[in-house]
Amino acid sequence: MALDFDLIVIGAGPGGYTAAIRAAQLGMKTAIVEREALGGICLNWGCIPTKALLKSGDIYEQLGHVADYGLSTEKPAFDFDKVIGRSRAVAKQLNGGVGYLMKKHKIEVLDGTATLEKGDPAPKVVVTLKAGGSRTLQSKAVIVATGARARVIPAIGLVGDGDRIWTYREAMTPKACPKSLLVIGSGAIGLEFASFYRALGSAVTVIEALDRILPVEDEEVSAAARKALEKRGIKFRTSAKVTKLSKSKDGVSLQLEAGGKAETLEGERAIVAVGIEGNVENLGLEGLGVKIDRGHIVTDAHAGAGVKGLYAIGDVAGPPWLAHKASHEAVHCVEHIAGKDPAPLTAPIPGCTYTNPQVASVGLTEAQAKANGREIKVGRFPFRANGRAIAAGETEGFVKTVFDAKTGQLLGAHMIGAEVTEMIQGFALAMTLEATEAEIMATVFPHPTMSEAMHEASLDAYGMVLNT
Amino acid sequence: MTDILMPALSPTMEEGTLAKWHVKAGDTVSSGDVIAEIETDKATMEVEAVDEGVVEAILVAEGTEGVKVNTPIARLKGEGAGEAAPPAQTAPAPEPKANEAPAPPPAPAEKAPPLAALSSGKPSRVYASPLARRLAEQKGVDLSGLKGSGPHGRIIKADIDAAQPGAAPAKSKTAAPQPSAPQAAAAPAQVKSLEQLGIPPGTYDLVPLDGMRKVIARRMTESFRDIPHFPLTIDLEIDRLLDARVRINGALEKQGVKVSVNDLIIKACAAALKTVPEANASYTPDGIAMHHHADVAVAVAIDGGLITPIIRAAETRTLADISRTMKDLAERARSRKLKPEEFQGGTFSLSNLGMMGIKSFNSILNEPQGCILSVGAGDKRAVVRGDQLAIATVMTVTLTCDHRAVDGAIGARWLAAFKTFIEDPITLLA
Repeated sequence: MALDFDLIVIGAGPGGYTAAIRAAQLGMKTAIVEREALGGICLNWGCIPTKALLKSGDIYEQLGHVADYGLSTEKPAFDFDKVIGRSRAVAKQLNGGVGYLMKKHKIEVLDGTATLEKGDPAPKVVVTLKAGGSRTLQSKAVIVATGARARVIPAIGLVGDGDRIWTYREAMTPKACPKSLLVIGSGAIGLEFASFYRALGSAVTVIEALDRILPVEDEEVSAAARKALEKRGIKFRTSAKVTKLSKSKDGVSLQLEAGGKAETLEGERAIVAVGIEGNVENLGLEGLGVKIDRGHIVTDAHAGAGVKGLYAIGDVAGPPWLAHKASHEAVHCVEHIAGKDPAPLTAPIPGCTYTNPQVASVGLTEAQAKANGREIKVGRFPFRANGRAIAAGETEGFVKTVFDAKTGQLLGAHMIGAEVTEMIQGFALAMTLEATEAEIMATVFPHPTMSEAMHEASLDAYGMVLNT
Repeated sequence: MTDILMPALSPTMEEGTLAKWHVKAGDTVSSGDVIAEIETDKATMEVEAVDEGVVEAILVAEGTEGVKVNTPIARLKGEGAGEAAPPAQTAPAPEPKANEAPAPPPAPAEKAPPLAALSSGKPSRVYASPLARRLAEQKGVDLSGLKGSGPHGRIIKADIDAAQPGAAPAKSKTAAPQPSAPQAAAAPAQVKSLEQLGIPPGTYDLVPLDGMRKVIARRMTESFRDIPHFPLTIDLEIDRLLDARVRINGALEKQGVKVSVNDLIIKACAAALKTVPEANASYTPDGIAMHHHADVAVAVAIDGGLITPIIRAAETRTLADISRTMKDLAERARSRKLKPEEFQGGTFSLSNLGMMGIKSFNSILNEPQGCILSVGAGDKRAVVRGDQLAIATVMTVTLTCDHRAVDGAIGARWLAAFKTFIEDPITLLA
């Protein structure tokens, strides 16, 4: 069979469409298959539209504090439909942007669903087109970038019903702002929705099975985030095991077990945010002998899926489920396919949570570093001692650094505070460049900025902090 | 101000003759100009200027013989140059004192340039991450002897992790200064570049060295170079072993176990190690370690290299157990899921290339093991029985021994025991 393409990418999310662009840059004849919307969950139903919602929430919340800055305004109000409408418009704009990029790079976009069959030199891709009919395509390589979806646990009612029990998707386009909301799961997704709905006035309760919120973050950050969000009126139930979620007469009813006691919480709506599952079904992966472990495709160091010519990147290939991890793997994978020698996929992957205040981190937490048997030096610097933060009235939070005591390697950095998601790349860059404390200390941080807290937290780890 | 140093024309060059100067004091030179000619007994080479500037002084006269590598031979006044420092300051590093801490002393003002810097007055820069530099210092690894696997050949942490402290320059081994031996120890790291050997870049693809490849390269080089090894080869008739295998597999069928020839060889190795325990030994500076158990490491080829998972205490195991364990270890080896304790250690190694049609070969010892057995293909050969020609299935095996621990007679006794077990497998029951 003649080759139709050099590369076929299945899924046009941040992993897939990035892979397609990089392939086109390298001169490959490339096609991309998408069953729904270019840009995937990230652009259409995830990262981007939630940030639009959160911005509305932030401004609304700020309007309640204008007097602190010597300003006054009329009683703030919001039009919920317009808040949602803006979020959708933002998503649409970026979706169009991806379409433009595909065109610019002469990438053929196939609207439909793909399944894989045995082929050589890579599995064949059978695309059932939305417009009708199907095409069977042979390429040199196939990248599966089908992403993931909200994990559901139907046995205890943790599954969206399209009405009162939401997953992230319904939570992004409701008709009205619920008066009360139960959020199950305190990861980034759950807390961002909690933050948004709380900002607009919902009574929000977050239920977490583990003993702290944002369980992947450093323990000090988890504690500070809980305190900051409680201050804004969000209630938390940690170490609480959900036993049943169901519709009640007026809303939803949640049964849980905490401290050996059963309880029932009532709410108008509930959001299920208990994790992520890879989209591995109906792709024909089983027939090819692709290994699937806990809902994700098992891949090697170059994103190879164990079958000649087949690769998997992004959410479908396992955690962390982050868009930037997907696009990073995309570039590596395509360069590897092209016979180049890309840097190994070992760079630390930062994580960001856009609550108010924001949380951002990269590398090991203090507990993880200790568990690795490392002798460490830990530095901290609070934003309440940072000039810019005081001037901006954003003194909540801190920066924390974890260094290897013996080598000075920056093992991890953890931040909570205003716009810390914009700063974490500094530490990520330092870690990728294998900087030690000496280079961070020798770097000039501009004054007055909140980033000075990054410098100070590094100095603090070595007992050299200047401004506390 | 820049000193132009006596270049090394080859990795082994220590001194040479300054044959001819093409410039004199006061001349202006720009990068690429030929400024001098250097001669050794092997070659003459031109020295090009790397930096621009005015020749301030010629420090070594034309025709001087025995000029040591890295001696300043001329001084260049660069643009905006400050006051000239006396040349003595860039001279050799201070002699380390014997009682100094083992940590390497701070780098001398100017380090010896690496080999590539043939024509540079300045030491050419070694690209390494800050963390790699610090780790190298702590571990005593000489960065100039390393190849970087990072972007643009930058040396990164992983390269230091894979490097041996043996690659340290003499100056960092302050505890026991030896005039020439450390130099020799550093030698394997200083491989000539392909370009130096006449293979131009662009005529080949470079497959980066992954961790496994580096470990193989290092361990095999050290083993082959440092261990006095010798091979002992014998032929074994395996018809009875093959018959036994068929019957054993018939008996084990219900258990779902299928014993391979290699499983039988593992079993026979273990039995022979029990019979001749002197062969189950490791040389150490403190004495010969006589191992209590036959932990047989079996070489498994995997993508990108090989690994040797270990059947622990193989002498205590049944064939079915060996077979099941080996199958599991080999599968997990191929998916790179072995735990370190499953492939580190081992008292004896087995490498079987029979299934690939190799008749006989001679393996490199797997340190610190005293022996490794190389197993060839079993094929039908003409054998002489009495005065008659007969046909038998014959397999050639070679036992490579570490002479420090296992002498020829011990190796021969081991092979004799092994031969009995293989040729008459019923004796495995004894």
